[in-house]
Amino acid sequence: MGPLPDDVCLDLHRWMRLTRTMDSQLLSLWRQGRGLGATFNQRGHEAISVGAGTALGPEDVVAPMHRDLGCYLVRGLSPRRIMANQLGRSTGVTGGRDANLHGCGDLSLNIIGFISHLPQSMPVALGAAMSFTYRREPRVAMTFAGDGSSCTGVFHETLNLAAVHKAPFVVIVENNQYAYSTPLHQQMAIEDIAVRGDAHGVASRVVDGNDVEAVFGTVKAAITRARQGDGPTLIEAKTMRMLGHAIHDGADYVPDALLEEWRARDPIGRYEEVLLERGVVDRKHIESVEAECAEVVADAVQFAESSPWPDPRTVTQGVYAS
Amino acid sequence: MSTRAPHVAGSRDMTYLEAISDGLRTEMRRDPSVLLMGEDIGGDFGGAFKVTRGFEAEFGPGRVINTPMTELAFIGAATGMALMGLRPVIEVQFADFISTGFDAIVQYAATTHYRWRAPVPWVIRAPADGGIRSGPFHSQNPEAWFVHTPGLKVVAPGTPADAKGLLLAAIRDNNPVIYLESKPLYRSLRGEVPSGDGAVPIGKARIARTGRDVTVITYGEMVRQALEAARQIQPGISAEVIDLRTLKPLDRTTVLASVRKTGRVVVVHAANRMAGLGAEITADLSESAFEYLDAPITRIGGLDTPVPFSPPLEDAYRPGAANIATAIRRTVSF
Repeated sequence: MGPLPDDVCLDLHRWMRLTRTMDSQLLSLWRQGRGLGATFNQRGHEAISVGAGTALGPEDVVAPMHRDLGCYLVRGLSPRRIMANQLGRSTGVTGGRDANLHGCGDLSLNIIGFISHLPQSMPVALGAAMSFTYRREPRVAMTFAGDGSSCTGVFHETLNLAAVHKAPFVVIVENNQYAYSTPLHQQMAIEDIAVRGDAHGVASRVVDGNDVEAVFGTVKAAITRARQGDGPTLIEAKTMRMLGHAIHDGADYVPDALLEEWRARDPIGRYEEVLLERGVVDRKHIESVEAECAEVVADAVQFAESSPWPDPRTVTQGVYAS
Repeated sequence: MSTRAPHVAGSRDMTYLEAISDGLRTEMRRDPSVLLMGEDIGGDFGGAFKVTRGFEAEFGPGRVINTPMTELAFIGAATGMALMGLRPVIEVQFADFISTGFDAIVQYAATTHYRWRAPVPWVIRAPADGGIRSGPFHSQNPEAWFVHTPGLKVVAPGTPADAKGLLLAAIRDNNPVIYLESKPLYRSLRGEVPSGDGAVPIGKARIARTGRDVTVITYGEMVRQALEAARQIQPGISAEVIDLRTLKPLDRTTVLASVRKTGRVVVVHAANRMAGLGAEITADLSESAFEYLDAPITRIGGLDTPVPFSPPLEDAYRPGAANIATAIRRTVSF
């Protein structure tokens, strides 16, 4: 595969920077006591969520999870609506009914919302894929899981069902070394989670989750394969969760040396070096993207904090669809 | 026990089981977005109870999907299909097995519309209920779990006509609906079933028998038992029998009107009594109809044990017409 077109490179870089800026802003809001409940750290996951999200076609459907802020942004969920959801405001995606990135589904953007019980979105995304087969639509459904949720029964049930139906379905497993505080070796006795795909007859790939172009290329190939009717793919993207599970978690259980090792492979810094070297961007461009993202995020915070709280009289509304 | 209803124009006499098949077939012919998923439902086999026998031949394997033993995956997949605008109907082979798909139902599907306003129009057909010597894992009545879950609807037909009509309504509803089938009624209860595609509205109870002295509130197979009890106690006592038909949302209006008239209440279900639907109905009536009551409300239900296998044990566990008749007499003579 040759180098990606410049416009794709610039997009990948910009979305990753926006994801990082928004994540940093969330961290700082919570530290200032302006947050609400929990918020889940994204640092280290930007190349996966952005690379995979960018590889989708507009008609494809995605079911991201709590570390996929970049994917929601790429798919067109606005920073304003996301920030307002984080702060429990009426203007958030769920109007204050669900927390942080939970429930940030929007069918007009082909995004399916997740629940805390990971990876329960996985069979839901598979069902979307099966509906495309049923209606003979050339669409693909993609979803995300983690190393932790790859240990659940529903993960295996879903891979099995996807393989039997040769569904146009792509699963990204974000292996970030820890399920909350539990390291990999206490979770599983295998080296690569990808073999869990092989076990069920689902094609599998392992990719460097901190290399956004590698993620993009691998996911794109899996999507093409699925669209051609060649069945599902599991992609294990190896990365490191660089902060705690959520805002309250200092993650003292992670050895400094491990973080140090992965810090040198930061997905954004690393990609900026690549683009500088290729001459696709210069320092000035990088700075201007940073400034632009800061502005977008500041606007989102301002919008969210000045948005009205949900009206308590609406609390019972929406339990049922009419 | 077999009962036969009078012939109605534009209707056909059939069993409860045939009425379920008829409902499914009717809706699949009418609406191409309806498809079926479940274990062993395809091919010539047609499911453990043969509800879908012949369906694959008529509708094709793409619409009658045989699944591996993966309840979480195929119920979750039904949610994904529903989000994409299809109307899947899932068969869990026995209602007892529905617990293996619990997260996909109560956590994901039930909460989705409240959280992000996306409708999840699926139906789970759950062959429930006992009295047929099938032991702890093929006899359960799990309605209380689902009635307790915001966002679900729960229906439990007690007649062939309702088996079809409520199924049509459930499939057309834009919410996840748990459709509880009563296995003891499958082949033993016959009745006239309307031939068209008319639905029985969700949320509306039915007065199965009018009476003056006492209201028996029940559903599913216990409707038949309650009607039998009502026959046994006449002419001395005139019992009104309400077939709830929908367990969530409950038709409080019909219940309340009857209780205001009779002043005495017996609530009956085959599920165990502890924290069952009868507890909710009783509590609700004690709050909303206290001044109309002439006697304490009596609850009849299964014992607080797993459903036992051997006939003497299951008969001791499970309520029937005799227990209901005794309870009615006690309530009326209070």
